[in-house]
Amino acid sequence: MKSKFISLILILIFIITFLIFYKGLKNSNIYTPNTNLEKEVPSFELKSFENDSIIISEKIFENNNYYFMNIWASWCIPCKVEHEFLMKLKNNEKIKLIGLNYKDNFKNASSFLNDLGNPYDLIVSDRDGTASIEWGAYGVPESFLIFQSKIIKRFIGPIKNEDLLEIQKLIR
Amino acid sequence: MKFIYTFLIVINILNFNLLKADEIKTENEIAKNLRCLICQGQSVYDSDSEFAISLKLVIKNKIQQGMSEEEIYSFLKMKYGEWILYDPVFNKNTYFLWLLPILIFLVGGAIITRKFYYKK
Repeated sequence: MKSKFISLILILIFIITFLIFYKGLKNSNIYTPNTNLEKEVPSFELKSFENDSIIISEKIFENNNYYFMNIWASWCIPCKVEHEFLMKLKNNEKIKLIGLNYKDNFKNASSFLNDLGNPYDLIVSDRDGTASIEWGAYGVPESFLIFQSKIIKRFIGPIKNEDLLEIQKLIR
Repeated sequence: MKFIYTFLIVINILNFNLLKADEIKTENEIAKNLRCLICQGQSVYDSDSEFAISLKLVIKNKIQQGMSEEEIYSFLKMKYGEWILYDPVFNKNTYFLWLLPILIFLVGGAIITRKFYYKK
């Protein structure tokens, strides 16, 4: 009777452990942020890319306009891949592109834009990467679609053609 | 007079150093409790990735602004979610995790008491 009870408990423990690990096997342990969260735009004060004038975030994002905030750097290779899509997005008049130059130097970044074209209406530079943390970003490239001072969609990694279509659908 | 003056300056510098040391200590403590999101299995303190370097700088700035440790944790939790904290918060997803050791302890204790006291 007693040995039966113990073996039953052992089997039960084994099954529970197995189930926990089996469930855990399918969970991704790579950080994936929520991309559809409606969040307020974080406020920041950053230097302009071209000169040292300070730009305040409240002055950038007007209410009834769509903004596309793109975090990029000249040293980032996926940024080169997404660049052609940004150039396409530039042709859309309903949306303004804002570039956040992440941990870059002026020389490399401006030659990057000279070679591939400048899609941005405004570029701010984040030399030490602290402003990107305020945005909840954790790598380059990363983009945010903003409307009425709210982030309505977040894109992690380079923009693809499907993303471009989705943006055009959203801002119609 | 001159001696007192120098003495005061030296004391001041020493005091300032102590403050700075305290700041660095909390800074490191916070960084050790944060998961580096792009480098698996490393804390922000251990990592030298661009993300971790910036995050360490943010922590430093926040401490200088006078934010407490708890405030910095909740700020980062808001930005990146709970995954960034190594210490999981007690809620309905984690209660099993927190209670399991206590449960095992109690069961073990029960087995031991049964073995030792009931046999007598």
